Amino acid sequence: MIQPAATDLVTVNIDGREIAVPRGTNVIEAARRANVDVPFYCYHPKLTIVGNCRMCLVEMGMPAVDPATKAPVMDPATGKQKINWGRGPTIACAANVAPGLHVRTTSPVVRECREGVMEFLLINHPLDCPICDQAGECKLQEQSTGYGRGYSRYIEQKNVKPKRTLLGPRVMLDDERCILCSRCVRFTKEIAGDDVLGFTDRGSYSTLTCYPGKRLENNYSLNTVDICPVGALTSTDFRFKMRVWFLRQSNSIDTESSVGANTLVWSREGVIYRITPRQNDAVNDTWMADSGRVLYKDVRGPGRLASVHVGGTESALDLAVRAAGELFAAGSVAVVGSGRSSLEEQFLTRKLAEAAKAKAWLVSRVGEGDRILVSADRNPNVRGALVTGLISALPGAALGELGAAIDSGSVRTVVSVGEDLAAAGLSPAQLAKVSVIYLGTQANATSDAAKVVIPTLTVFEKNGTFVNQQFRIQRFAKAVPAPAGATDDLVALSRLVGAAGGPELGSDVGSLWPAISAEVPALAAMSYANIPDTGLLLDATPWAGLAYAEGPALHFKPAAPGEAAHG
Amino acid sequence: MPAPEQHRLIFRHIDEVGYSNDLACYLANGGYEVLRKAVQRKPEELVDEVKKSGLRGRGGAGFPCGVKWSLLDRKSGKPIYLVVNADESEPGTFKDRYIIHKDPHQLIEGIMITCFANKVERAYIYIRGEFPDGAKILEKAIAEARAAGFAGPNILETGYGCEIYVHRGAGAYICGEETGLIESLEGKRPYPRIKPPYFPAVLGLYQCPTIVNNVETLCHVKHIAGMGGESYSRIGTPGNTGTRILCVSGHVQRPGYYEFEVGKVTMGQLLNEVCGGPLPGRTFKAVIPGGSSAKVLRFGERYKGKRKVGAEMVDFDWGVEDIPMDFDSLALAGSMGGSGGVIVMDDSTSMVEALGNINAFYSHESCGQCTPCREGALWMKKITARMVHGEARPEDGALLKSVADQIAGRTICAFGEACAWPTQSFTAKFGDEFKGYAQAKKAPRPDGVAELV
Repeated sequence: MIQPAATDLVTVNIDGREIAVPRGTNVIEAARRANVDVPFYCYHPKLTIVGNCRMCLVEMGMPAVDPATKAPVMDPATGKQKINWGRGPTIACAANVAPGLHVRTTSPVVRECREGVMEFLLINHPLDCPICDQAGECKLQEQSTGYGRGYSRYIEQKNVKPKRTLLGPRVMLDDERCILCSRCVRFTKEIAGDDVLGFTDRGSYSTLTCYPGKRLENNYSLNTVDICPVGALTSTDFRFKMRVWFLRQSNSIDTESSVGANTLVWSREGVIYRITPRQNDAVNDTWMADSGRVLYKDVRGPGRLASVHVGGTESALDLAVRAAGELFAAGSVAVVGSGRSSLEEQFLTRKLAEAAKAKAWLVSRVGEGDRILVSADRNPNVRGALVTGLISALPGAALGELGAAIDSGSVRTVVSVGEDLAAAGLSPAQLAKVSVIYLGTQANATSDAAKVVIPTLTVFEKNGTFVNQQFRIQRFAKAVPAPAGATDDLVALSRLVGAAGGPELGSDVGSLWPAISAEVPALAAMSYANIPDTGLLLDATPWAGLAYAEGPALHFKPAAPGEAAHG
Repeated sequence: MPAPEQHRLIFRHIDEVGYSNDLACYLANGGYEVLRKAVQRKPEELVDEVKKSGLRGRGGAGFPCGVKWSLLDRKSGKPIYLVVNADESEPGTFKDRYIIHKDPHQLIEGIMITCFANKVERAYIYIRGEFPDGAKILEKAIAEARAAGFAGPNILETGYGCEIYVHRGAGAYICGEETGLIESLEGKRPYPRIKPPYFPAVLGLYQCPTIVNNVETLCHVKHIAGMGGESYSRIGTPGNTGTRILCVSGHVQRPGYYEFEVGKVTMGQLLNEVCGGPLPGRTFKAVIPGGSSAKVLRFGERYKGKRKVGAEMVDFDWGVEDIPMDFDSLALAGSMGGSGGVIVMDDSTSMVEALGNINAFYSHESCGQCTPCREGALWMKKITARMVHGEARPEDGALLKSVADQIAGRTICAFGEACAWPTQSFTAKFGDEFKGYAQAKKAPRPDGVAELV
C-alpha cells in the first residue's frame, strides 16, 4: 500500500532531482538533504538569518501557471511544466521551500556568483593561513579550493585593521581576518543573551568590536570562536598550541552539570588540546559553556594521583584490594557513590554496597543554573544513580547522617568513589575515626586520610554513559590513554565487589552491559553499542515525583513544581 | 521643437517673491483646503484616487505609489506607520530639500492625507543629518500645523488623530534605502533588511506594516487628492503621469531645478533650451539622467528599438537629446529616471576622473553588510584612485567592469546596483578613455578645469 504523502512535506527539485523535505526548511538545508552542497559563511542553523555573505546565491524558479486559468504551462521542448526562473540569483539561506520550487546550484551564473564573493572576501584578507589557527577548519580556506581564483587580480593596498584585540579573557580578535558575517554578534545577542558585540565604521573598513565599556566575558564567549567561519576569533587557551589536523576527535559529555552538553575532545598523542561542542539538537544545539572547556586541564593537573597506596605507603592494586577485603570482612561499611561517576560505575557501586551490606550515599552538588547550558545540579549523573538503583531518593545537602553514624561507631569503613568526604561535610575527626577506601583522580583531604587509595581515571580516559536532566542516556568515549599507575574505575570497583564477596562482574562497559540491561528495568533490551551518538531518552516515570534542582534551560523544561513537590 | 513651458505643481510657489514657509502664508495661498475636504471622504476613496492617478514614486525606483499602498498588510491588527523618506542623498538631487525649506506645509498636508487614507496614526519624517535647517523648519511647521488642528489629535474636529515626528539621520547615504532607513529609525545600524521576508508593507518599522514614501511623492498625493486621480493622470504621459522635478547640475549655462510634465520634455530641450546649453566653447559629452547611480548616457549614442505608445508598438531611434525625460523612456535608453538628478558633463571632463569621484562616494557610503558591495565598492574606488593619482594600466577598465559585474544583482539592497552601474556604464561607453588614460593624463589640463586634489 502506498502511504499518502505526509502533509508537512514539500517536494522540491534541486539540480534536477526531486526531493521531499519538511515545509519550512530553507533551501540550504533542503539541498543538504539532497546531498548538494550550497556553500555559505554567515548562515548558521541556530541563529537568525541575515543573508550578508552572499555565498549561498542560487537560481530559483517556480513552475509556470497560466495567470487566468491557473493551468500549468507546458514546455513543448521537454514536455514538462515550464519553469519561471527568477530574474537573478537568490540567497538560499533566506528562501524556504515551496511546493514545486526548482533550484539550480551548478549553473554558470551560480558559479560566477560564488567565485565573485570568494574573490571579494579574499582581497582584504591577510592570507596568513600558515600562521592562522583556523587553518584546516577554515571555511574561507575550504571554499577557496572550490571557488577561488588561484591568483589575485588585486594589486591595491589591503585594508589595515587591528590584529590583536582581546575582546574578553578568552577570545582574541584579528580584525583583518574577519569577513563580517556577524555570526558572533548574533550569537551573543540571541543565545548568550549578552549583547556586547557590534560593528563600527562602515563599508570595507567595518570593524568588529565590543560596545564601549563592555567585554565579551560571558560563560559562552568561546562559542563565538567555534562559529567564526574564519580565523578572526581565536581562543586564548588554544591559539598557537596545535594544528587542528593533527588532532583526534573523541565524543564526550560535559560533566560540569546535569545538562550533559555533547562535546568533542581534541587530542594528539595522549594530550588533550581543547574541548568543543558537538551538535545535539535535543540537548545543547551547537553550544557549550566556556567553563566546560577547561575541564581537560585536570588530566595533567597538579595533584593527580599516580600510585596505589595502602596505609600511606606505595603499593599495588592486588594488595589494595586485599586490604579492602579485610576491611569489608570486619563489617560496618558505608559507600559514598558519586553523581560524577558513569552509570556503569554507579551500577558497580551499588553492587559493592550490596556485597558489603553497606548503605549507599551520594554527594549532592547544587548551585545556580544559568538557564542555558549549566544547570543547577552540578553532578552530571544523579539520574544515573536513580536509574541503576544506587539511590532511590535525591541526595541531601550534606552527609550529616553518615557523620552521625561514624560518631556513634556504627560505620567503621567508608568507601568513597571519587568524592572528597571532607569537602562533602565530614570533619577531620570523623575521617580519622574510620578506615577510608578512596578511589579517585585527585589528591585531597580524603585521599590523605585514606587507608587504601586507588587512583582512577578522568572522564577523558574511559568509556561510559551519563544520564542527563532529561533522562537522556548519553555515551562518552575514551579520548586519551590512562596515565601510568591509574586503574580504570570499573576494574577497581569490580575487584572491590569481588573482595566484598559479591558476584563476579565485567570490568569494562562491554562485558558489564549485559548484566546492567538484565537487572536495570529502565535499560532493559538496551546495549551500550546501540545508544546513538545523540543519546536515548529513558522512561522517567518511576522518578517523576522527585524535587529536582534544575530550572528551565535550553531544550529543558522541568516538570511543574507542584507536581514535583507533591508527587 | 521648442521646449514646453514648465508645469509647476509642487514648486508652484517656490521662488515666488514674498512666499514664506510659515503657516499663515500657506493658508493664504489655499493651504490645507485639500486636507479639509479629504477628511470628509472615505479613506478607501483616497487610496483609489492615488491608484487612478498612476503616480510613480519619486525617490528613485519609480514604483507605483497606489500599488505600494495596496500591498499593506491591513489585517494584521498591528498599527500602520508612514515613514517619509527625506534622506535625499543621491548626488545630483536637490528637490526634496527645496520642498522642505520653502514649502514644508505642502509636505505636511500630503503626509496627513496619506495617513488619513491609510489609517495611519503615526508618521515619521526621516531627514538626512546634513539637513539641520530642514529639520528645524519641519519641526516648526509641524508645531504650527498641530496648533491649528491640521495634525496631532482630533484633526479638524474629525476625531481622527495622527502625530508626525521628525527624526534626523546621522549622515549615511544608505539610510535612504527604505529598510536601512527603518533600521536606523529603530535605533540600529542602518543595515538594509533581506527581502523576503522583510517587506516594509508587511514587516516594516517595529515589524509593523509600513509605507515608506519620498517627500516629493507625498506632495503629489496632496495634488491628486485635490484635483482627483483622473485629472492628475492626464498630466504627463500615460504610464508616467504628473509632473517631475528635474535637478540639473554640471556643465550647463543655467543649472537648477525645473518642474515639467513627465515625458513632455526631452533631454535635448532640457539641456539646450531650458538650461541654456553648454558652457561657452564646450560641447556636451555625457549626462547622468537620474542621480549619480544611474547609468551614464553618451552624447552621440543612438538608442533604437520598439516602444509602446498607447496600445501599439512603435519604433524609436533616439539620440541622447531625443530621450523624453520619463521613467520608461530613460529605461529604454538603458538608464533610469531615478531621483531626477541630471548631471551634465562636457568635453573638458575626464571620465576616469569623474568615475573616480563617483566611486569614492559609493565606497564611502557602502554600509558594509554584504560582501559584494562592501568589498567591490572599495576595490573599484582604489582602482580609479590609483589610475588618477598613480599608475594607470590599460587593463584597468576591463578589471573595473569585471568587479562591477560581480556586484550588481547579488546584494541585499539596491546599493549594489547603485555602485556598480556607474562603473559598468562608464567603462562600457568610454572604454577608450580608460585604456588611454595613462597617456591622456600627461597632457595639460584644459583651460578652466580644476586641478586634481
